[in-house]
Amino acid sequence: MQRPVYLDSATTTALDPEVLEVMRPYFFEWYGSPTHEYGHTFGLKAREALERSREEIARSIGANPEEVIFTSGGTESNNLAIRGPALADRDKQHLITSKIEHTSVLNVIKSLERTGFRASYLNVDGEGFIDLEQLKNEINKETLLVSVQHANQEIGTIQDIEEIGEICEDRGVLFHVDAVQSFTKIPIDVKKMNINLLSISSHKVHGPKGVGALYVREGVKLSPLIEGGYNEFGLRSGTENIPGIVGFAKAIEIINKGQLEHMRRLRDYLMKSLLGIPDSRLNGPVGDKRLCNNVNIAFRFVEGESVLLHLDIRGIIVTTGSACFSRTLEPSHVILALGLKHEDAHGSMRFSLSKYNTLEEMDYTIKNVKDVIEQLRVISPVGR
Amino acid sequence: MELSFYERMYSPKLLELFKNPKNVGEMPDADVKVTEGSLACGDMITIFLKIDEKIKRIDNIKFLSYGCAANIATTSMMTELVKGKTLEEAKKITFKEIADALGGLPPVKMHCAVLSIDGLRSAIRKYEEERGLIEVPELDESFIRSRLRHVMNPKIGRDIVSTGMVEEMRILDGKVEIDLCIPKNNEFRNYIVEEIHERLEKLPNVKELKINFKDD
Repeated sequence: MQRPVYLDSATTTALDPEVLEVMRPYFFEWYGSPTHEYGHTFGLKAREALERSREEIARSIGANPEEVIFTSGGTESNNLAIRGPALADRDKQHLITSKIEHTSVLNVIKSLERTGFRASYLNVDGEGFIDLEQLKNEINKETLLVSVQHANQEIGTIQDIEEIGEICEDRGVLFHVDAVQSFTKIPIDVKKMNINLLSISSHKVHGPKGVGALYVREGVKLSPLIEGGYNEFGLRSGTENIPGIVGFAKAIEIINKGQLEHMRRLRDYLMKSLLGIPDSRLNGPVGDKRLCNNVNIAFRFVEGESVLLHLDIRGIIVTTGSACFSRTLEPSHVILALGLKHEDAHGSMRFSLSKYNTLEEMDYTIKNVKDVIEQLRVISPVGR
Repeated sequence: MELSFYERMYSPKLLELFKNPKNVGEMPDADVKVTEGSLACGDMITIFLKIDEKIKRIDNIKFLSYGCAANIATTSMMTELVKGKTLEEAKKITFKEIADALGGLPPVKMHCAVLSIDGLRSAIRKYEEERGLIEVPELDESFIRSRLRHVMNPKIGRDIVSTGMVEEMRILDGKVEIDLCIPKNNEFRNYIVEEIHERLEKLPNVKELKINFKDD
């Protein structure tokens, strides 16, 4: 293999060269700040680009353009989606989320808990689907917001967002969806799914880093987290990242069904072959309920950081749910929430794909994963 | 050529032993075999010793490892350092000597060197107890503190006793109660608590363990 086999696309992806081309003029020629009510002619090109991009992104999720706010990425979108309503409505002090959310949701909610909010963390079943009955029981008249991700970052479980949206709509609570992993991979219609707030990010879909967006349904009240010159309808001040935003819109425009089908084929091939390794088990569901680019497998009797390092030496880039790989030395909260043991998390490896991966890369990966697991099991005190 | 991530994190010696560990495998005729650490912690080693009974010398040592690269390499290095040493000489080897022999360890991985030393010392202790060479120690504060010196604060790579995290403790009829002072914003708080349980609950004379947080 010439270049590294990059299987960490759930974390971030390469910029598509076509995207870079449309961004370029906004760095060098039309670098002005977008002209709004006040401004100059030089900023008009930026203004046009901003609004065109906003329309493109709104169209991709079934929203109106004025309901889309550009941010610095998924993390900021999640912060604004949860903190924004919490700061705007002091009467309701209860939040609901699931145990397997991204840290940019969980840590915002934990931080609000320290300021007096109450929070409920929904359980998930063995494949990562949230308990809808528990959700119905947890909603009460104090509940301000329910935040549930569309697809999981580690195990690819796709939640039934339409069903959850209906429950939230019935009970009159705000519904926020973190769609950072699913955006452009699964169709999203914010109206049909009764979504009030939706987070998306550019760099997961071959757009530039540092750009994301938050859909805010008309009428939903938010307090801004970043104040200043009233950009983005007063909800997110700061000069807009025009090249980034233009790139984000272009990245979405060039995605097609063929790419998704390509990833799905590689996913199923990789999954089937790796599950041929003895004492391995799939984390998350199979088929259409699983994200088209996610494979997550637990290999018993080995520790993930050792697997990761051996694969890194061989030019294969993956991640693991092992405690050794986390900043807090704790195993993956997602794997534990499935009801699995710590050692299942330590031995879990995630392979996440992009449109750039090839069948040849999958074969190289399969061969090397088999070798590495075998090598580590020879020296393991367990499973002998 | 740019250094890879693992070459920045680990010394060349450590990486070499990770790729090709020494003294690895089982020893069917071992005089003593112990397992230290646990699957749950993601760090577990098994140590086998062959000991010359007359002169109390480690003639052969082997290990098995379930753990990260640092776990494999530190244990491999430990086996190299103790092979051929008497039990008394082997007991004196410290985790720092292992880290030094590897050309250094990141603070967050210092606990791996500690685990390899713990495995070695447990094996020697088991051998000595089985042959009636020593008595099982009494459960008192200095004994508990000596065990807690094996729990690392990963933030700085030093143990929790010398860094003042262990405040008071009460010991009565096998019940141990420890007052800990770990700042709430220390991201390793849960890890440290689990490590303490791991170290103390396995001791034969500890029946119950309770940990209190002084800053709560």
